[in-house]
Order: sequence, then structure tokens, then C-alpha cells
Amino acid sequence: MATTSRPATAIRGLFGAALGLAATVAILWAGLGMLRDEDGPERLVLGFYTLVGASGPAEAIRTYGLHPMAAKTVTAVVAIVVGVGGVWALFTAANLLTDRLGPRFERLVRPWVFTGPALALVAFYLLFPTLRTILISATEDGGLVANYAFVFTDRDMLIALRNNALWLIFGTSGSVLIGLAFATLVDRVRREALAKTFIFLPLSISMVGAAVIWRFVYYWRPPGEEQIGLLNGLLSALGYEPVAFFQSVPLNTFALIVIMVWLQTGFAMVVLSAAIKAVPQTMLEAARIDGAGELQIFRSVIIPSIRGSLITVGTTIFIAILKVFDIVFVTTGGKFQTDVVANRMFKEMIRFRNDGRASALAVILLVAVIPIMVVNVRNLRRQGVGS
Amino acid sequence: MTVEVRHETAAPAVGMSLASRTLIRVAVVTIAVLWSLPTAGLLISSFRTPNDIATSGWWTVLRHPFETTWTLANYQEVLAANGMFDAFMNSLIVTIPATVIPITLAAFAAYAFAWMEFPGRRLLFALVVGLLVVPLQMTLVPLLQAYNDLGLTGTFLGIWLAHTGFGLPLAIYLLYNFIAQLPRDILESAAIDGASHFTAFTRLVIPLSLPALAAFAIFQFLWVWNDLLVALIFLGTDSQVAVLTARLNELVGSRGQDWYLLTAGAFVTMVVPLVVFLSLQRFFVRGLLSGSVKG
Repeated sequence: MATTSRPATAIRGLFGAALGLAATVAILWAGLGMLRDEDGPERLVLGFYTLVGASGPAEAIRTYGLHPMAAKTVTAVVAIVVGVGGVWALFTAANLLTDRLGPRFERLVRPWVFTGPALALVAFYLLFPTLRTILISATEDGGLVANYAFVFTDRDMLIALRNNALWLIFGTSGSVLIGLAFATLVDRVRREALAKTFIFLPLSISMVGAAVIWRFVYYWRPPGEEQIGLLNGLLSALGYEPVAFFQSVPLNTFALIVIMVWLQTGFAMVVLSAAIKAVPQTMLEAARIDGAGELQIFRSVIIPSIRGSLITVGTTIFIAILKVFDIVFVTTGGKFQTDVVANRMFKEMIRFRNDGRASALAVILLVAVIPIMVVNVRNLRRQGVGS
Repeated sequence: MTVEVRHETAAPAVGMSLASRTLIRVAVVTIAVLWSLPTAGLLISSFRTPNDIATSGWWTVLRHPFETTWTLANYQEVLAANGMFDAFMNSLIVTIPATVIPITLAAFAAYAFAWMEFPGRRLLFALVVGLLVVPLQMTLVPLLQAYNDLGLTGTFLGIWLAHTGFGLPLAIYLLYNFIAQLPRDILESAAIDGASHFTAFTRLVIPLSLPALAAFAIFQFLWVWNDLLVALIFLGTDSQVAVLTARLNELVGSRGQDWYLLTAGAFVTMVVPLVVFLSLQRFFVRGLLSGSVKG
């Protein structure tokens, strides 16, 4: 702290701290430069060996080059040190500098040192792009009318919109209902935690991983050949013809929705299970004494008590499904009438370079999210969160 | 904040007959088995020989598990020849900083929003939280244009910052809820002892907020590790930088029928999240509940 009365010392401290901040930035810049340089890891290791005077290994690297796996590992270590250490070094240096500004300026500046980086990134990555996207959707590729007319009249687009509706209806209700059923049932068995883990586990699996897992389950070979996919293996064992799940319309969209339900049910189950356990035991007992059956208790005691959690779970899954992309992208790529809005947007943006149309599709997603978020926020307010 | 969870084993089965209890048990086991079969098939297949996988269903090994040839060759091939090792390292390079950076930025910001006085505090906080509504897709077109102009496309710095920007609103919201509820007298007595905001933050707030930080860290880690969309757009598929999800997706495109590669490859992408998840499940569940429900 700059408690000294002599301004010369204060200025020297300020200067030193500013220099420290500049040095931190410079070191990080050099580290980031190394990450872009393909020979960076080799030169770093070589420099290290030369520095400690190990001429043998240094010579070996000069002759044979660094093993690619070793080079990659060096890159990883440098990257993680730069990324993780960098953010802390920057904050520390900026705060040391703030300490030396003197009490009056310190009070003014400090809040912005704390919030500035976060606010700058949020502005750059969310606020401005959102406004720009709205603008782009109204100006590029033939402008506002053409872009939105395309979204709502193009034949493939209508299929994508219809599919998104199917996903939202069946995906959301499937996840919530199975999650609720399992949460209710599992409350009454032993080894509850173990049973839950099985349902919960897919939550940690990426949609790409899940897509591969289910591509294998749905795998199809022509009739007569040995079926190695689980479902077609089962069908042939039962004497049925194998089904090409990804090619048959409209079955394929439902086959894809099943993947999402498989992933999301665990989330619904965990939240609803906690909510069910929070229903006061006395309420349940009172209902039992009144002679209510288990089903009746479920309908008229448990469901009303967990209403808030049901809304939260439903809206969260709804929004996740609205933006679904990976599953369709990896399995069918949107072919065979399985396209969805987010996948179509990716195509318009990356493959066709139609920024205006892609932006219009993004705006559709935003407009669809807003009412759901309103419901969610109202629900959380009622429960007293975030006030 | 957190839900009171009753940890009673087997809730009282009052008025339930043996038959209905058995029925419930059968239903629970059936759903659990159904949910695990797809992953089990993948895992079992990844250890079978390419020829076995192509000629018989994986479930046939359950009949004679000891007469089957088990092998690690699929993993060796997919890691070395198909670039999964590089992709694995790239996933680490992307995910660890893209988890730590947003948590750090969010914790500093949440502390300032909760405990400092400055003009526009409430408005800025409301704005940040309001941006939770924005779907990722809403930002992609202009951001890719900006990235191409700035030369950030295909760089690790670029994707760290992108994941940070996207993760910040939720991180700030969750951490604010926690940090704002820390006891006022602890922070005030630290200020009286002459601790600056920075000292109070690093010595008091960070250690006290560890549960909330851990919960968000697991979310963000899983989110970034499992992400495909952001990685495809901002990082690309060049083997120097491509992450596991992008690499696995390419493998589906180029080797779509070679299940010995796809099963092993898919498991390589899954192993870190599974370990993180199973070992830190408690924090994860706590995070889910504090983030979305109130008891």
C-alpha cells in the first residue's frame, strides 16, 4: 500500500507496477506466439537442454527432431501454463498497479479492474454480436423480407421447423416424464444412488459421443447379412426384417429424438428426485391416514409440491433441445428430412456462406427462447431465487 | 440455495404389498439396464478384434466371454494412426484454460457486483444476467467475421476467449448468488484489518466459495470438453488444433463402417468426462440443484 508521504517513492512504485503489468503482457504474448509456431516446442526443449548443459539429448533432438507426442505434450503444458497462469498474473499485476494509485483513485478504479475483463468479454462475445446478427439478418442476402420469407416458405426449411417442433414436444416430454417416473420409483428401492448413476451417466457424454453410441445401436445392414447393431440384431432374432432407422421417414427423426431423451433424462431425474425428497413427510403421512392410495398421493400431493421444479426442468431441457445441433450433424447431417434449425443454420453459415439467412435462423431461435425464459424467471421468482 | 436432501434408505413402503414392491424393483432395474446397454455395447466392442466386430453382434460375447479374443489394438491404432492422441491433448489445451479463465473472471466480477460500490452496478449486473437468454447461435455469424479479421480463427487463445465469453453470464450469476451471501462481518473485519479488496478476495472469498467454484468448474469443464459447435467454427478441423469431438466426427465421416475404430475413438473422447463426473458427482449434483431449483 502506498502509505509513504514522499511522492518520489510513490511514483517509483507506480512505475514499477506498470512495468510489471507490461512485462506480464509481454511474457504472455511470447507464450501465445510459441503456441502458434509449429517448431516452438522443439526450440523450447532444445533451449532448455542447452541451458542445463545436457549436450547429448540436445544433439539427439538436433539430428532426429523431437518425438511428435513429446512435442504435443510440451505444447499442452505451455498452453495450460499460459492460459491458467496468464489470467491470474494479469489480475495480480493490474491490482498491484491499482494499489499504487493512491487511495482516492484506487477506490474509483478498483471496481473496473474487477469487473472490466468480464464486462469486456461479455460485450464482445454476446451483446454486440447479438445486435449485429439482427442487423445482418435484415441487410445481407437480399435483406429482411427475402431472408425471413426464405425461413418460412422454403420447403427444406419448413421440414426443419416441423422437425424442431417434434423434437421440442417429444424430446422434452419424454425426458421429463421418464425422469419423473424413475425419480418416483427409485425413491422406493434400496441402492437408490447406484440405480440413479446408470440414468445419470449419459449426462457426462458428449452429443457427438452419444451420436456414435446410438449410430451403433441403430446400425443397419441389408437383410440376410449378420446384423451387428443392437436393435436390428433384436429384430432379426425375432424374425423381422432389419430397419434402416436413419433412412426411413418419419421414423428417423424419432430415432434421433430418442438419443436426446437418453442424454437428458438423467438431469430431469436428479432435480425431480431432490424435489420429491423435499416433500414434507408429514404431508404424505396425513394423506395416507386419510386413506389415499399411492397413485392418488402422487397426483394430488407430490405433483403440486414439485411444480416449480417441473417447470425449471422442462424449460431447461426445452431450451437445450431447441438448439440441438450435434446429434443431427453427426448422424444424418440433416439428410432424409431430419434437418433441424440449428443444423440448417450451420450449413447456411459455413457451407453456403449465406450470412443473412443464417442470421435470420438465429433470430428465430432467440425469439423462441424468450417466452420460455420469461416463464422460467417468473417461476424462479415465485420460488424466491435470485431476488 | 441448496436443497435439503433426505438421505433415508428405501422410503417407508407403508401400505405397499410385496407384489407392488417387486414390480417397482423390476421397473427400476429394467430402465437402468436399458439406459446402460448402448454404452456397454460400445465399450465391449472397443476391445474386440475388427473381424469379430464386423461379423457378430457384441452381445454374443456375453454367452462365452472367455473364448473371445480381447485386444487393445483398436485403441493403439485410433490414438496413433488416426490422430486421437493429438486431439486428446488439444482437448486438454482447450478445456483447462477455458474452464479456469471464465471462473476467475466471473469470481472477480461477482465479488465486485456483490461487495463494491460503483456507478451502474445494478444495471450492468442485470444486463449480464439478461444475456443468459441469448442462444449461442445468435453470436456466431458476426463473431466468425470478426475472428477472421483479427486472425483469431484456429488459435487456442481464440477458443479460450470464446468459451469464456459464452460461459460468463451463467458463471457470474451462480457465483454472485453464492458470494453475495457470504457473512458481511467477515469481510468487514478484513477491511478493518487493512486488507485491500484484492487481498480479501484471494485470501477469504476464493477459499470460502470453493463449493460454488467447484460446481461451476465441473459444468464448464464438461461443457467445453463435449462441445462440437464452437470448436468447429472457431478452431476448425486442422489436426494441429482439432479437439476430440471434431476428430471423432471426422472419423464418422471417413471411416463410418469401421466400428473397431469408432468404438475405441468414441471411448477415448468419453473417458475424461466419465472420470471427472464419477469422482465429483456430489459437487455436480449440488451445482445442478443450486443452479436450477430452490428447496
